[in-house]
Amino acid sequence: MRAFEYVSPTTKEQAVALLASKWGETEVLAGGTDLLALMKDDVVRPRRVVNIKEIAELRGISFSPRAGLRLGATATLEELLAHPDVARHYPALVQAALGITSPQIRNMGTIGGDLCQRPRCWYFRAGFGLLARDETGRSLVLEGDNRYHAILGNEGPAYFVNPSSLAPALIAYGARLRIFGPRGTREVPVERFFRIPQTEAEREYDLQPNEIVTEVLVPPPPAGMVSATYEVRHREALDWPLATASVALVLDGGRVRSARVVLGQVAPIPWPSPEAERALVGKTVTTEVAQAAADAALQKARSLGKNGYKIQLARVAVRRAIERAVQEGAR
Amino acid sequence: MAERNRVEVAEYKWPEPERRRLIGTRVSRVDGPEKVTGRAKYTYDVNRPGMLAGKILRCPHAHARIVRLDTSAAEKMPGVRAVLPLKKVGDEILWAGDEVVAVAAVDEPTAEDAIRAIVVEYEKLPHYVLDTDPKAAGERARPTAEQIEGDPDAAFREAEVVVEGVYGMPLITHCCLEAHGSVVEWEGENQVLVHISTQAVSGIAGQMAGPLGVPASNIRVKQDHIGGGFGSKFSPDSWGIAAARLSKMAGGRPVKIMLERDAELMVAGARPSYYGRVRVGAKRDGTVIAWESETWGTGGIPPTSALPLPYVLRIPNQRKRHIAIVTNSGPARAWRAPLHPQACLLTMAALDDLAAELRMDPLDLLLKNIGLAGERADVYREELQIAAELMEWKKKWHPRGDPSPGPIKRGLGVSIHTWPGRGHACRCDLTIYPDGSVEVKLGSQDLGTGTRTAIAIVVADTLGLPLDAVRVRIGDNQYPPAGGSGGSTTIGGVSSAARRAALDALDQMFARVAPLLNAAPEQLEAWEGRIRVKGDPSRSIAWEQACARLNGMPLTVRGENPGPGELTTAGAAGVQMADVSVDIETGIVRINKMVAVQDCGLIINMKTAESQCYGGMIMGISYALFEEKILDPVTGRMLNPNMEFYKLAGLADVGELVVHMMTGEKYDRRGVIGLGEPPVISPGAAISNAVANAIGVRVPFLPLTPDRVLDALAKKGGSHARV
Repeated sequence: MRAFEYVSPTTKEQAVALLASKWGETEVLAGGTDLLALMKDDVVRPRRVVNIKEIAELRGISFSPRAGLRLGATATLEELLAHPDVARHYPALVQAALGITSPQIRNMGTIGGDLCQRPRCWYFRAGFGLLARDETGRSLVLEGDNRYHAILGNEGPAYFVNPSSLAPALIAYGARLRIFGPRGTREVPVERFFRIPQTEAEREYDLQPNEIVTEVLVPPPPAGMVSATYEVRHREALDWPLATASVALVLDGGRVRSARVVLGQVAPIPWPSPEAERALVGKTVTTEVAQAAADAALQKARSLGKNGYKIQLARVAVRRAIERAVQEGAR
Repeated sequence: MAERNRVEVAEYKWPEPERRRLIGTRVSRVDGPEKVTGRAKYTYDVNRPGMLAGKILRCPHAHARIVRLDTSAAEKMPGVRAVLPLKKVGDEILWAGDEVVAVAAVDEPTAEDAIRAIVVEYEKLPHYVLDTDPKAAGERARPTAEQIEGDPDAAFREAEVVVEGVYGMPLITHCCLEAHGSVVEWEGENQVLVHISTQAVSGIAGQMAGPLGVPASNIRVKQDHIGGGFGSKFSPDSWGIAAARLSKMAGGRPVKIMLERDAELMVAGARPSYYGRVRVGAKRDGTVIAWESETWGTGGIPPTSALPLPYVLRIPNQRKRHIAIVTNSGPARAWRAPLHPQACLLTMAALDDLAAELRMDPLDLLLKNIGLAGERADVYREELQIAAELMEWKKKWHPRGDPSPGPIKRGLGVSIHTWPGRGHACRCDLTIYPDGSVEVKLGSQDLGTGTRTAIAIVVADTLGLPLDAVRVRIGDNQYPPAGGSGGSTTIGGVSSAARRAALDALDQMFARVAPLLNAAPEQLEAWEGRIRVKGDPSRSIAWEQACARLNGMPLTVRGENPGPGELTTAGAAGVQMADVSVDIETGIVRINKMVAVQDCGLIINMKTAESQCYGGMIMGISYALFEEKILDPVTGRMLNPNMEFYKLAGLADVGELVVHMMTGEKYDRRGVIGLGEPPVISPGAAISNAVANAIGVRVPFLPLTPDRVLDALAKKGGSHARV
């Protein structure tokens, strides 16, 4: 690892002032579970690392029936799991966090870090950049081994998958992010936070180099809402999921009044599926309806050569998430 | 007198069951507390005064020629103490990750900076890393001579049922959790001290002497504990030699080079891939009469050798061909039971497919043909029956294809394996001190298998002493030389040498105390801390008092293997069964339960013997379901040189593991047989067979990943239609 300067501000204003206005010069440290590996692998080479764990207002989790859920950016995944109101009102979030089957990662990893971690694409991690091109400009993903790459939103030039465990559930719940920067605070829906980069200079999320995520705001659960996450993971032990789906359905007399279906690990961004949502609204959820929604969600999916199997896995994840939400919501 | 004793008292046999207090019992490792409290020091933990950090610049290309190499900037950097080119301009690199330059600096970041300051220009050359299709490999496919036994053509004509299938497993790496590496220091004039993570403490000096131009006698090699070797740590390796040279260049300061995780996975170990198209011919009653196989695979640049096929069962009529594919992947090394897991899968999967074709229970098919296993046939028969009971095979087994509704299908699989495991050449010195304490020294190593504990058990039981009366010293090449720990030869070697040494030492003790007890030496025995007259325990002397008769001079006796008497033999037999669940919608395989029934002759320590079987099954589950050294066709590099995507089974992935060790007179009388390798051979085949039994179709290749399982189901035309 290269030498770097370490700073530990206690206010978000100080933190932002310490961050450079250009990508690559500084990095934000929260849990460090991703940053440490990126630095050891020489994928990022910050001259300064800004620790944000000493900023009190970035911590904590709170819930009120009127305001909903507030997740501090540096609250840990373990704190999320331990919070009784989260478990009661937002099961899809808990199920998503439980998919991270490492107590060490859950103890250190943070809410903000889960959202801002970098893609696991093996070409990116080997230093070929987010768009994974060799020196001649050809895509290593398309010509090489893409077994873990995107099946949706993969028209290019990015083919990695978004690695966030929590984002699909947060999007399904309609959560917003609060971001602080030199020009103060702004809010953005989690759904619009992620982007598919078009050039190597762009990041995969809507954040300036000198901005930090400060908190996540999840609306109060509407009456009749049922929700769930289903994850297809190769190993039972800690492993990156091959496909996930988070769903939040508002049921009214047995019928779906509104639906959010968001897939994870299948596209360069968490992938909301309006097609699946349309297939659900107005229906009573049966196996056939869930299957139809799953089929609709993957209608536009496309294999890059070695990842066709992920289409099937994503379809299963959507159907099982819908069924799980309805079954567990009925209890 | 002494000569007569040697023959009559010490016939170099293992004690009869009633004379064993420790041998064959469950003894906790003598170094267990050290390990769990973190006091055990591994090579990685060795930090010497003034030590420098060594790093290696590796070639990023799978095939290239060096056209420019400039280390001048690195040499001038503050803190850099030595820069050692390992390649020169014009040299050809044959795999990604090969070593180009080594540097030593005052700390790791400085060494890394120095590596980045080195300028290397490469002329990229065409590389080839694919191994699944020999036809596509062109001149990189190297066929070996066809082997024929009996009359395979006639046998296939005679066969009433013929099945054909393709099976195989990819390149995997050893993935030692303690990476390869050493700490080397040049002490004064041509004296070299080496701390190294190795499976061959006594063998390292001889390998370093030539390259370093130093007599082997001047090279001291030490290792207390090792974090995994699995067959990949017999050599000092180019980086060990480099560490020594860097130390010399830096005026003798110690240099530590432990491989980074990515290098460990890229270059420090690989098990060759093997694939094969297999035909088996049989009579309708299940009698197997014909075998034909064409195999191929790669172990990097050196061509792979043919597999021992058909495995275990000597099918009378055979035709075998092998094609070695030469690829630009890192060099292969022996991987726990070299060639056996591959041969086992190709054979046991083909027989399982034959059983499915015949609508026979594969357990019955194996039993029907077990005579082909030769002299171990009875052992396999007994083991298969025990395994079947532990698995409740007859209750749980169903014909291929679980008919129950729902996406989760359950199935059973069985496999058998063998391994030689005869004890290696080994010497030890056993010293009895006048105060009664006992010490054994040998230049062996404990691979994590419990070697120290086994030696202590043998010596303590022979001398009639408690375990903690014996101090075992290993891991130093100044001790009597012991063989490398490969081929499951250590337990036979060290236990035989230790037993002989202890028996001979006891002879001498008997000779000294016999007059005191008014007995002849051959009338004496050692039991529970005393030397006593057989049949008259009232005439006895405490061990410490007997040792006081040594007149202040320690008694040292050399024990050797091989030596008189048969204390170790070869030929372990084992059976494993797997019970799996497969989600046919996702292709995810979960292990419910595995059963291992294993013979290894006389068992010295039941607890660590069972541990070998647990560990073997876990490692086997790992390669059956997860492990693959993924080489990128475009860059030629390994894509998963990390612990995220080089997937090892975690505890949650292994299910219930049941071990049954064969014991009793007929196993004991064979003497000690090695056990490190056998239990890792069958899991791939047993699990593959269980998956086929569950889902109704063979998944040809390991690891049994979701894509491969779904692909097999799709080809069957079945259950998960829509991919």
